[in-house]
Amino acid sequence: MNKDELMLQLKEQIIKQLKLEGKTPADIGDHDPLFVEGLGLDSIDALELIVLLQQEYNIKLNNAEQGQEVFRSVSTMAEFILEKQTQYV
Amino acid sequence: MSGSELKITAHAIIRNGKILRNSETIFESSDTGSDFLREAYEEGLKIDYPKFYKMDALGKSGIIATEVLLQDFDFGKYKPEEAGIVLSNKNSSIEADVNYFETARSFPSPALFVYTLPNIVIGEISIRYKFKGENAFFVSDQFDADWLHFYVSDLIHHQKIKACICGWVESVDENFDTCLFLVEKEQKENAVNFTAENLKEIYGLKV
Repeated sequence: MNKDELMLQLKEQIIKQLKLEGKTPADIGDHDPLFVEGLGLDSIDALELIVLLQQEYNIKLNNAEQGQEVFRSVSTMAEFILEKQTQYV
Repeated sequence: MSGSELKITAHAIIRNGKILRNSETIFESSDTGSDFLREAYEEGLKIDYPKFYKMDALGKSGIIATEVLLQDFDFGKYKPEEAGIVLSNKNSSIEADVNYFETARSFPSPALFVYTLPNIVIGEISIRYKFKGENAFFVSDQFDADWLHFYVSDLIHHQKIKACICGWVESVDENFDTCLFLVEKEQKENAVNFTAENLKEIYGLKV
């Protein structure tokens, strides 16, 4: 799966996991901030994203600081997942 | 000040597929459960509050009833800390508890966990409508008008709140029984005295 395909999949998973009713993948820009502005996610949503990473991609975050960087946008999430998957190959 | 000097200036009921405001049906649907609440939110009341979708059924029911209750409310009349919330039900947050327990078998959901207390519905109402005064959630076998009347009267008399949303908010197996009252010191058209008898009578309305 390349980055574009992964970002589309992530957008669909985020919408489902965070119950973002009325949103479609097209509403979420690749580089849009996920928190505060942009999608306006909150701290509980951040925990749900951690669960999503673990559940769907078997990736655990090591610390909170890492989360700030990883969850900046769908693009940064996709890069992080691809990087982790490469490490395991 | 005795409770009878206070007024019930509005009331809202969600029950049996209907939403009533001051005893008049304002929304009705054959849909049941969460579909009913969703239809009321999107089509009946046209509320725009995306966080609604993330709430448990108790929270959704409380938000919709409050939206109806406060339709004519002057939000500039009270400071946030002058407006309180006192709610009650029989089954606490049982639906959210069960839903969370189901996820706990694999990946416990933080978004479900945060609703595993009944007073979270008070928090949701407080955030959206800026009712940030005293609040409490009581669990009792049935709607206890005498206790509600005593407690809210006492709060207004002693705790410096001037208005209070109070009542019953219940959700079990996607069946809703919610009846909220707005209690204020001021007289309004069609307001009735805040008494235990009037609370019982309104709660007992056939819907």
